Amino acid sequence: MKTKATAFPYTIWMVIFIVVPLLLVAYFAFTAQVPVEGGLAGETRTVFTIDNISQVGKFAPVLTRSITLAAIATVICLIICYPIAYIISRGGGVYQRTLLMLVMLPMWMNFLLRTYAWMTLLEKNGLINRFFGLFGLGPFEMINTGGAVVLGMVYNYMPFMILPLYSIMTKIEVTTIEAARDLGADGLHVFLRVILPLSIPGVKTGITMVFVPAVSTFIISRMLGGGGYLLIGDLIDLQFLGNAYNPNLGAAISIVLMVLILLCMSIFNQFGDEEEMEGTLL
Amino acid sequence: MKDNNIISLKNIAVDYDGERVLNGINLDIRDKEFVTFLGPSGCGKTTTLRIIGGFVDASEGDVFFEGERINDLPPHKRKVNTVFQKYALFPHLNVYENIEFGLKISGVEQAERQTRIREMLELVNLTGFESRNVNQLSGGQQQRVAIARALVNHPKVLLLDEPLGALDLKLRKEMQTELKRIQQSMEITFVYVTHDQEEALTMSDTVIVMKDGNILQTGTPQDIYNEPINAFVADFIGESNIIDGVMLRDYRVEFAGVQFDCVDAGFGIDEDVEVVIRPEDIKVVDPEGAPIVGVVESVIFKGVHYEMTVGAHGFQWMIHSTLSEEEGTKIGMNILPNDIHIMRRTEEA
Repeated sequence: MKTKATAFPYTIWMVIFIVVPLLLVAYFAFTAQVPVEGGLAGETRTVFTIDNISQVGKFAPVLTRSITLAAIATVICLIICYPIAYIISRGGGVYQRTLLMLVMLPMWMNFLLRTYAWMTLLEKNGLINRFFGLFGLGPFEMINTGGAVVLGMVYNYMPFMILPLYSIMTKIEVTTIEAARDLGADGLHVFLRVILPLSIPGVKTGITMVFVPAVSTFIISRMLGGGGYLLIGDLIDLQFLGNAYNPNLGAAISIVLMVLILLCMSIFNQFGDEEEMEGTLL
Repeated sequence: MKDNNIISLKNIAVDYDGERVLNGINLDIRDKEFVTFLGPSGCGKTTTLRIIGGFVDASEGDVFFEGERINDLPPHKRKVNTVFQKYALFPHLNVYENIEFGLKISGVEQAERQTRIREMLELVNLTGFESRNVNQLSGGQQQRVAIARALVNHPKVLLLDEPLGALDLKLRKEMQTELKRIQQSMEITFVYVTHDQEEALTMSDTVIVMKDGNILQTGTPQDIYNEPINAFVADFIGESNIIDGVMLRDYRVEFAGVQFDCVDAGFGIDEDVEVVIRPEDIKVVDPEGAPIVGVVESVIFKGVHYEMTVGAHGFQWMIHSTLSEEEGTKIGMNILPNDIHIMRRTEEA
């Protein structure tokens, strides 16, 4: 295989920051620390094991919950963002830039801060409940629910859905739409037969870019889901920084999650045809 | 329908951002006619086409199709189809599916769709290309898919917006003949937009010359070429020598310091006029006794003829001749009365 010399630094970069960490994760996942027999107290040695992996099975409900919530959030995101992206893409220069800026602006603020903001809104004594209180309604149980977690995911990952959709939709030329109308297509037909099929690559990218971070998030569920909505991300976090300190198990869960995400994505990519993923934005 | 007009525009005006791009256009297009809007860019020819297609709303005036007012009819309900400037094929569909698009929407049966698409592919010489991706086709092939995609719906009128602009010269010539053949065999009306005068003259039954949102002249290619209404049309329809002259009386004009007989009348005595002479109508003769004598300044070989620039009476004359003269030679020029076209002075330069 012939590679360009200029690609060399990038190859080193990839090896250091992607391949090596991945191998480390795999190493941790398939090893365990056991006490050395007859050795000093606390002295351990590393042994190969698949116990970590098989233990992950215990957390199947957490995995299912993570995938379900992330999937719901992704679908809601798509439904909300598709029309937004379309409107932005059809706008004129200044209008288009302003709307895009508005989409990006929240991303400049700290992720934690934004999620905190939602906490104060959703709380029992939060703004929303106080507003409903004015009409003698509520208080509603909003925070610490699955809905709150989904809301947090939708809110935080929305730009990742809008941007790839927008970038693919701006490539749809006005004359293509005019041609469809000229050939007898009314608004609905134009959408179903031209705009939708042409924006599928963007839909695919958007779904990937929302689903993958959503399925492994841990901050959102902790802040908006209380203790009741432990997600797979929280579980991994606990193994490294929490009380249940066990990096080997944490690595094993990560590996399983990775395989699951890859599976989800490859199944998902079977839908439609094997079009090139040209909606990729980043 | 005694007048046989399929499309009529009555007093159509269009404003874009407060600027008037069409200025009260009146015109009738007869059924089965090949009509061409000809003019420089920005003259309003494409806007006129889009008025007919339904993509632009007229600020004033009415559009009639077979005698019915269709101002408020959206494009998808009009019985016209368009071949767009950049083809605008559907990139996610192959050749067959592109042509099928309109038929599917209008609910034509599968079997009939197949026959009609096959006919179309044959008509545009693309049999065997059914499953090709449109992005892999050459410009000329994409062009023909666009034509087939429009014609398969059997429109009463086909609108073509500079469809040959992106093709190279040889292909363009071929497509010109091809389009004329298609128009005649399908017996439908073609409304064609171009800035290429040769294209307009080659294919059209009627040429409509436009400038600055106005129609300057409507007529057969022969009329437009031989009897241009003003110096702009004359200059736009092929190269011309445009010289200031004075109409002495009917059938007598003076220019370049010489008096000539001509075939025009109806001007005032001693009226200032513009005289238009086609480069191929100037005869090169012996300087001895010739009405105009000049010196050859440059000679360019153009294939069929030589293009000579000749200086005489402070004017540079363009002459097309099959014989060439040496640069610096003194030659005589003669012009026959029939080849002298007298125009009233136009206000603008």
